[in-house]
Formats: sequence, structure tokens, C-alpha cells
Amino acid sequence: MAAGVLGLRVVGVASAGRGPWSFFAAPGETALLSGPSGTGKSLLLRALADLDPHAGEVRLNGAAQEEVSGPEWRRRVGYLPAESAWWRDRVEDHFPLASREGAGAAALTERLEGLGLSPEALRWPVQRLSSGERQRLAVARLLAGEPDCLLLDEPTANLDGESAQRVEAVTAAYLRRRNAPAVWVSHDPAQWRRVGGRHWLLTPTGMTEEGSWAV
Amino acid sequence: MGGVIALNPWDLSWAALLVLLLAGLTHWQGLNLARPLLIAALRTTVQLSLVGLVLKALFGALEPGWVALMAGVMLAAAGWEVRARQKRRFAGWWGYGVGALSMFLSSFSVTVLALLAIIAPDPWFAPQYAIPLLGMMLGNTMNSIALGMDRLTGEAWRDRAAIEARLCMGQSWQEAIAPLRREAMRTSLTPMINAMSAAGLISLPGMMTGQILGGTPPLVAVNYQILIMFMITAGTGFGSMVALRLGAGRLFDARQRLRLDRLDHLEKAA
Repeated sequence: MAAGVLGLRVVGVASAGRGPWSFFAAPGETALLSGPSGTGKSLLLRALADLDPHAGEVRLNGAAQEEVSGPEWRRRVGYLPAESAWWRDRVEDHFPLASREGAGAAALTERLEGLGLSPEALRWPVQRLSSGERQRLAVARLLAGEPDCLLLDEPTANLDGESAQRVEAVTAAYLRRRNAPAVWVSHDPAQWRRVGGRHWLLTPTGMTEEGSWAV
Repeated sequence: MGGVIALNPWDLSWAALLVLLLAGLTHWQGLNLARPLLIAALRTTVQLSLVGLVLKALFGALEPGWVALMAGVMLAAAGWEVRARQKRRFAGWWGYGVGALSMFLSSFSVTVLALLAIIAPDPWFAPQYAIPLLGMMLGNTMNSIALGMDRLTGEAWRDRAAIEARLCMGQSWQEAIAPLRREAMRTSLTPMINAMSAAGLISLPGMMTGQILGGTPPLVAVNYQILIMFMITAGTGFGSMVALRLGAGRLFDARQRLRLDRLDHLEKAA
């Protein structure tokens, strides 16, 4: 495929002795990743977000990882780790300013409601969040940065059924609107069916395509 | 000037007995401090006795080369000491180099400035002035840099997830590490701020005490002490800034990834 092609293109990515992994996610398409723990799913996502030194080539909408600065690349790819981290006292201080003002604020409110959270949640102290609230707010924070692609590491692992489906719906709406590619690590066949996309089985030395799920 | 009362080995033995008593007591309480305490006490005896002999020779010779050599040895030792006090130190030469380089830049330049522009002994490198001044500068910058660096690397290790979360939002490495750098700088400067606040009111600084015991008029001793305090504060502050800038930069690579693999992974045995 040519360099200028849209979507997320991963060729021979290897990190910490795992891989190489190669796959392609077209615009609006989700790559569903599964595999036993320890195969390197998180390593792959961290390499895609350029958080660890790694081999191989990653292109997003034609631009190669090394062609843009580290911060700019990470802003574009939108990586959600399995465990979210917070560093300020209040939730809202973690959101980009643009997402809290004017038209951004309305969109943010709508998204929070979609996630089953009150807009008031922005003013909550981080310390008092439950693990489920934390995770859903992490999704809202991720989308508030308007990334061009999403890399989600088991985003619903700590959520109850209803919250999980809310996260799926909000994420799907975002991907549809932006026509953005995504990588979604999940072990739940029911979730594969609901999210839809190409399903890949990851092994420590590669990955195989297991089939497709239409929404 | 009044005569100085010289101390004989018996006088020192009394003081040594107190340290031994303390070591025995901590051992009895199961604190694991007796060994390091005794080793440090032994080091202080041997090192100070040797340096007394060296200074005696140095003061007699008035040779710039020997003064420079002495200063170099002091700096090298301070570099090792900073490295030894890190729980999570940089791997390889960085573990030594960050501390040594920043101490060299700050301690040496401030000492030379004080010698040339302020005290102006003749010759300017006169070891009676140069060596004690540099010693005090190095001793204090060493403490501050070791504290600050230990804080920086320790917190970076602990807050890895938060730093990477900030990087993932598109922040630069400077933005992502800024709060840790601020805290580390505060840790570095606190001892000198406290020392200046307490000086004269609660504590009589060691150098001034020494001069007064040695027969120097109190007001002369006071002026020297103020000069020294300011120099040490400036030296520790600038030295810590350099060290923390170098250290913070070393925690990230050209792609602005957090590289904790550049720290030694084993925690220093307590």
C-alpha cells in the first residue's frame, strides 16, 4: 500500500523481544486484538503510541511515526492504557482547555452523559472517584483530545455491563464521526460482536486474522 | 588573638566514646545503624587526619598545581558520594557524571569568584583560603544535589503512569516532568533556606564556631560566615538547577519517551 494511504498501517513492529506484528486498520475500521496475557498486547499498543523503543514501521493516515515529533504523534494516536493515571486534584484539570469552553463544553457534556456521568463530574476531586468512574472519565479525557485514531487497552475490563456498553456506544460514535481507525484489545466475544471489526489473535511472535465481525 | 587550646588524643577519645555508646544503643534497639555509624566515624578520623597532613604540606608549598590536584580529588570524591546516595541512580557514567559536572560548574565557579573578587588573598589560589572554601561549597552542594536527584528519580519511578499519561496527551517532556522538577528543586534548596533562617538564632554555624574557638574576633567571623552562607546557597542552587536539568533530560530520549530503563533497576540495599 502506498505511503499516502489513510488508516493505521503497522509493519513488523517488535518490542522487548516480542513481535513482529503487522496489520492494517482502514479509516473507521476497528482492529480487535485478543490473546493470552503475556503475549505483548500492551507492548504493541505502547509501541504504536511510541512510548517504548521498538522496531518496525507505523503510519497513521500516511504520516510515519518518526516524521512527527513524539508529543504530536501521541496526541494523534490517542492511547488509553488499561489503568488510567491522574495527576491533578480535580478531574477537569486533566482535560484540554479547548474541550471545556464554548462549543467544546457542550460536546463534552453530551459525551459525559452518554457515559452515564453527570457534567458535575468534572469538578469532582480525583481521589473520590470509584474505579468505574475513573475509567469512564479516562475515556472522556481521551476523546476530548480529538485524536485521529484510538488505541484502547481493555477499556471496559473494570466496568459493569451497562457502563461497558455505554463506553462502546460513545467510542463508536466518535469513530464514526471522525471516520477514524482503532485498535481495541478485548477478550469478550460478545464485545467483539457489538463493536465489530477485524479480529486478530496475537502471539508473542506474530498475529493471525481470525475473522470479521460486522456490526 | 588569644592562644588556641590544642586537643590531645585523650580529649578525642572521650568524644569517640560517646559515638561508640550511640552505636551500641542503636545495635541494641535492632536499628542496623551501628555498622554505618562506626564506619563513618572511622572514615572521618582517617580522612581528616590525612587531610591535616596534606594541608600542612600544601600550605608550605604554595604550588598552584598541588592546589588544583587537591581540588580535583575533592570533586571526584564528592561525585562518588552523590552517586552512592541515590536509590535509583542513572546507569553507567551518567550516575556519576551528572552530580560531578554540576558540582564542578557551581562549586568551582562560585569559589573562584569569591577568591578573585571578594576575599582576594595573595596569591588568589592561596590554599589556606581556597581549600576550606571549596570544601564547604562541595560538601553542601553535594548534599543538595544528592537530595534533589534522589527525589527526581525516585518520584519519576513512582509516577511513571502519570508522566506517561501526560505524554499521551501530547505534552512535551519538559511539561510532563515539570512538577517533579519543581519538587526536587524545593528539596534541594530547603536545607540552605533552613540553615540561613536558623543561623545565629538557633545554631552557630560550624565555620564561625571554629574561627571563634581559634581566636578570631566574633565580628570578623560573622562576616566570613555570612559570605560563606550566601556562596553556599548560590552554589547549591545553581548546582542543583544544572543537575536536575541534566537528570530530567536524561529520563527522556529524542522521541520524548520516558526511559526509566536508564536508571539502575536494583534498589540500593538499605
